[in-house]
Amino acid sequence: MTFTQETKVKAREIISRYPVARSALLPMLHLVQSEEGFVSADGIALCAEELGLTTAEVAAVATFYTMYHRKPVGEYHIGVCINPGCGILGGDEIWSTLCNRLGIGNDEVTDDGKISLERIECQAACTHAPVLTANWEFLDNMTPAKAVDVVEKLTRGEEVLSTRGPRIRTFKENEETLAGFDDGLVDAGGNADELMLAGLKRAKELGMSAPEAK
Amino acid sequence: MTIAQGSLTPVLTAHWDEADSYTIASYMRHGGYTAFKKAFAAGPDAVITTVKDSGLRGRGGAGFPTGLKWSFVPQGDGKPHYLVVNADESEPGACKDIPLMLANPHSLIEGIIIASFAMRANHAFIYVRGEVPHVFRRVNAAIREAYQAGYLGKNIMGSGFDLEVVLHAGAGAYICGEETALLDSLEGRRGQPRLKPPFPAVAGLYSSPSCVNNVETIANIPYIINNGVDWFRSFGTEKSPGFKLFAVSGHVNRPGIYEAPLGITMRELLEHAGGVRAGHKVKFWLPGGSSVPMLTADHLDTPMTYEAIAEAGSMLGTGTPMVFDETTSIVRAVTGWLSFYKHESCGKCTPCREGTWWISDVLHRFESGHGQEGDIEKLVEICQQIAGRSFCALGDAAATPFPAALKYFRSEFLEATRTPANDSFDPAEATVFAGVKR
Ligand SMILES: Cc1cc2nc3c(=O)[nH]c(=O)nc-3n(C[C@H](O)[C@H](O)[C@H](O)COP(=O)(O)O)c2cc1C
Ligand code: SF4
Ligand code: FES
Repeated sequence: MTFTQETKVKAREIISRYPVARSALLPMLHLVQSEEGFVSADGIALCAEELGLTTAEVAAVATFYTMYHRKPVGEYHIGVCINPGCGILGGDEIWSTLCNRLGIGNDEVTDDGKISLERIECQAACTHAPVLTANWEFLDNMTPAKAVDVVEKLTRGEEVLSTRGPRIRTFKENEETLAGFDDGLVDAGGNADELMLAGLKRAKELGMSAPEAK
Repeated sequence: MTIAQGSLTPVLTAHWDEADSYTIASYMRHGGYTAFKKAFAAGPDAVITTVKDSGLRGRGGAGFPTGLKWSFVPQGDGKPHYLVVNADESEPGACKDIPLMLANPHSLIEGIIIASFAMRANHAFIYVRGEVPHVFRRVNAAIREAYQAGYLGKNIMGSGFDLEVVLHAGAGAYICGEETALLDSLEGRRGQPRLKPPFPAVAGLYSSPSCVNNVETIANIPYIINNGVDWFRSFGTEKSPGFKLFAVSGHVNRPGIYEAPLGITMRELLEHAGGVRAGHKVKFWLPGGSSVPMLTADHLDTPMTYEAIAEAGSMLGTGTPMVFDETTSIVRAVTGWLSFYKHESCGKCTPCREGTWWISDVLHRFESGHGQEGDIEKLVEICQQIAGRSFCALGDAAATPFPAALKYFRSEFLEATRTPANDSFDPAEATVFAGVKR
């Protein structure tokens, strides 16, 4: 795809954040994915041109990181955590349920382009196991039935709320966020959920607190 | 000022239950953004001394003394200095930095101001793993609020000190949590570890003196500056002072974040977390991530300190215990973690790149009930070939789960020469929705 002037302006805005231009490469690849849904040869060329790198140098980086895709993912990219902390607690069963339901496997996309699936590793949410992500937003404490409900709603274009974040938006929209462009959604999802507050609640119940400084 | 053994002591988490806990307004209602002014008044060297005296140890896994690390950054060398916050949290089992940044990112931002001031850095970066857009939003908003308040930018509060803070999203690579791989990644390269020495304090980001610190480490700083060394040392032990975000996960009734002094025992933490599921018992637990050796029910009374957990044969690591009950197949768990290390090996050095494939292959054989005679010895040998011979600590980590599991559960590996793990242990029983309609 050919990129618009607007994208190039954004790329330069990213570069301006850093003392050394090349540091902008990772966020620029997120920017490319926010336009294309994956990183194409044109996307690599754009980064190379703006940063004065060779396309080989950019491709070497783009292929190292799992969040950059070489072919389009679904509008809703679903990650199922299969690291033992989630896998054993139900993630493995959720994975096979979703694969059967959607008729796709790892790194595959449904025919309508709506949903793609990926086996993902620990998401720093083990307290909330088993965990799913939708375009990387948390869907905590999942069951096979809840997971199926989520993908069906997303397929039908219905609203799905992250358990600790905003309404699930498209893959491209979230990639723009990760490129560092504000989306105004900071207040979504509340301050902290029950599990993040488990210790604080327990301390209050037991009348425990940290000592004050003298 | 002694704290009763077994107590919970919310400090970092104290106000997470307020609806606006992640905003600058909430942080300031509770004394936020007062510590950095004290630090400015005291001067950089005094701040480093205070942090040294506090005994704070890095919360990223290795437990290195923080003040000492800061003091390695040379002073008056005329080069730019950089503080880089490691917010990559990807260690299996670790889930404390991400919640902290969601619920109160300002303690991190104020910690960054103080740490940067102490090491004379005018530029700080927060490298957050890419897979957490909502954390990205929260931290970005916190940075923006701090700039608007005049706590970041040029000549902060007329002090003459300038600080720019940049938030940077990674793109999915566990190895980028390793501090030198993180620096390469932040420079826009493949995230592969660098040869040490030179250490980052001498030649780090852009070959300039740099310091990489964990999120929780830096978030401790404002509280230490405000409340003093004696207060901080009233928590924990001589060698492990302070408090810790213990994120308890696995087969427990109330998983979650429990903030307590270092030195609380796992049995006490487990009680706070509601114990293991009714009718079940602890089979094994990992004190802090899949990279530390597992322990068993016999070790539940070990204090959660760097020294006591080491004596018990493991490591405190990230201090985020995962608990598994007797429905769990050890073979399945270890195979899962080795698939992870195989997937995340960066490929730079042969022992780890090849070894993780071999271990993973042989373990899959066990998992399917086809372990062969001599396979156990083979795995022991491969692990020995990796440990201590790899370029970075990921290799050592990959060589950890199997020998630890073998020590306590040899018979299960023997059984797995005949019986698939899923026949010996019904996976459905280990799920959180076991017995519930799905
Ligand atoms: C493979 C690997 C992954 C790591 N991941 C992290 C991480 O996600 N977060 C972190 O703070 N430290 C991580 N570390 C440890 C860092 O290299 C470094 O020791 C730490 O960030 C230093 O901060 P501290 O002194 O404040 O603990 C990792 C180390 C290795 C070898
Ligand atoms: S030990 Fe593994 S992760 Fe570390 S440098 Fe070697 S191959 Fe890369
Ligand atoms: S194991 Fe799934 S979030 Fe940690």
